[in-house]
Amino acid sequence: MRRLIRATTHLACALLGLGAAALSEAQAQGSGSATMDAARARGQLLCGMAGNVPGFSLPDSQGVMRGLDADTCRAVTAAVLGDAAKVKLVPTTTQNRFTALQSGEVDMLSRSTTWTLGREGNLGLMFAWVNYYDGTGFLVKKSAGVKAAKEMDGATICVQPGTSTELAVADFFRLNNIKFTPILIQDLSEIQGAFLSGRCDAYSTDASALATFRFSQGPKAADLILLPDIISKEPLGVMVRKGDDKWFDVVRWTFGAMITAEEKGIDSKNVDTFLTSKDPEIRRLLGLEGDLGKALGLDPKFAYNVIKQVGNLAEVWDRNITPMGVPRGINNLWTKGGLQYAPPMR
Amino acid sequence: MGSLRDTMSTTTAPTLSRPSPPGLGPIAWARTNLFGSWVSTAVSLALLYIVARAVLGFAEWALVGAVWTVPYSATGIAQTAVCQTAHGACWAVIHDKYRLILFGRYPFAEQWRPAIVVLIFIALYTVSAIRWFWRKELALIWVAALTAVGVLMWGGVFGLKPVPNDEWGGLPITLILATFGIAFAFPLAVLVALGRRSTELPAVKTLCVVYVELIRGVPLISVLFMASVMFPLFMPAGVNIDKLLRAQIAIILFAAAYLAEVVRGGLQALPKGQTEAADAMGLSYWQKTSFIILPQALRLVIPPLVNTFIGFFKDTSLVLIIGLFDLLTMGKVALSDPPWQSFSTEVYVVLGLIYIAFCYAMSRYSRGLEQELNASQRR
Repeated sequence: MRRLIRATTHLACALLGLGAAALSEAQAQGSGSATMDAARARGQLLCGMAGNVPGFSLPDSQGVMRGLDADTCRAVTAAVLGDAAKVKLVPTTTQNRFTALQSGEVDMLSRSTTWTLGREGNLGLMFAWVNYYDGTGFLVKKSAGVKAAKEMDGATICVQPGTSTELAVADFFRLNNIKFTPILIQDLSEIQGAFLSGRCDAYSTDASALATFRFSQGPKAADLILLPDIISKEPLGVMVRKGDDKWFDVVRWTFGAMITAEEKGIDSKNVDTFLTSKDPEIRRLLGLEGDLGKALGLDPKFAYNVIKQVGNLAEVWDRNITPMGVPRGINNLWTKGGLQYAPPMR
Repeated sequence: MGSLRDTMSTTTAPTLSRPSPPGLGPIAWARTNLFGSWVSTAVSLALLYIVARAVLGFAEWALVGAVWTVPYSATGIAQTAVCQTAHGACWAVIHDKYRLILFGRYPFAEQWRPAIVVLIFIALYTVSAIRWFWRKELALIWVAALTAVGVLMWGGVFGLKPVPNDEWGGLPITLILATFGIAFAFPLAVLVALGRRSTELPAVKTLCVVYVELIRGVPLISVLFMASVMFPLFMPAGVNIDKLLRAQIAIILFAAAYLAEVVRGGLQALPKGQTEAADAMGLSYWQKTSFIILPQALRLVIPPLVNTFIGFFKDTSLVLIIGLFDLLTMGKVALSDPPWQSFSTEVYVVLGLIYIAFCYAMSRYSRGLEQELNASQRR
């Protein structure tokens, strides 16, 4: 019932949005996106993130939110409002994240959330882009002598209950017809302690978190091995509400701009030197010619603002994820063997 | 022994109602109580050994083998290898993170403001505890202090930089939720307790019973979930009630239901003769309640009241599940930072000390208050 009401509301919003779009073409006013108009009127973009996930969103010792998700929020804010500092980072939990987006408490959700069919189909929400390709992995001790996940017959494995990891691990072992004993521990530091003390043979969660944990062990990191098997796909994405397609475009093409900038070697430090570039693709990207910004309802220089204030995808990665000891791997550009590929910006 | 004391208390001045038996110093006391027989000697020695081992072990961990600072890399990342190999505590984590734990994401340059807010709260508790201040002006002091808290935290006036409340965190959030929670819940609780005892207003009585039973029937977590997850869905699009306010109201409603039952316990313990005597004097309902009934009833329930207060002070840490960053949650956030992930013990010890300081002060004060108010009942 609730969903029906919501769907109807969205439909109504979408129709209103269409009406507004028609109006705006006549009057050349408004962006055609209710979310964007509201953010502009507010002078602030409301962006949901976690606030406690290292590398994605975590306050540093001075209380400034750092991480890939936080910088994603800043990039979209720079595109929409011209100033990345106008973002309001709203902490959300795994329980209230979708409600926060559905109810309009946030304009977008950048909270290391896995893109799945179920979520996109059921929640009235859609994924605009993937900012991190993750997957479930295994961390074992070197002394165990295990080289591949399939060698772990009869192993005890520490996982957090209620996570997609728990399901992925169970599926993997059933599929390969080998036995394992799960040890379910909710608390992160407790589960890590249990693994280090030898209560379980392996610790399984997202590979990014495993790499971070291994890195945090300092000199003892060499005793721990991240197995090469990645047993599930966990594309962590940025979500928006359904029914505001213009807004969806803005969020998606902010990533397009960051990826294209990396392809072209444009970063926050050298972006000004490209303002005199002859390359037509760069000139279109930076708003020197063409009307890409206008097509999105944004400032012509939106990509320039994103690159100047936040950086290209590689800079954001190096700033947030590299210090955690995670190699870029499949998160690299398509030209370097990764999956990040932006459609042409023309 | 009993007869001796009885004779003494009847024959000597009443101030000597509990004389210590003569000739008993600490050594003699220990000899009779700890080393009276060979069994108690053995038990005492074993316990002393365990205590000494624990104290020495803790001292070695916390002081002797402790690491106080760590070097930082050129990019500002803490090099915690020293701590990983040390066998003692790594207090460097506190040194690095104490401002994050205490004040959360509050802008770094403005953190003197939440610091003053914490001091205001402590001063407010102290002032409220001193008997000399128990007069009408105390309400004004509370209003002034809570206004000052709001002004300092939000800013935006007197040239203070505005700070939206989603950037608040740490100790101020814990104190705000607990103090405002109890300050608003207590009057509400008294009204609900009186309403539930009312015989002349059946509708009010039913309402109070339903409210109390409904709230007591669900855990605090579900009330908080209701406030943070369900409530926004019921509101029209675009209407957002602040998350902190929603949590605060949820805590007030929850605390009030429990306090109401405590207060009702006090009301029921009061002999009916008191009400009847007040009626005979021709006092109105409110005069009777505020001058005769409540002062006696509340005095009776000081221990359970304080028990509930302490419980709620600690329960505020449950707001972590709705994405508010109180003291305990900030400690956990600080521990998520990869270089510091393995030093949870140090952070939790410090957090524990902060909680103990507040809760122990409350329980000590309530003991003193109880003795003072029950002076007339002492024999």
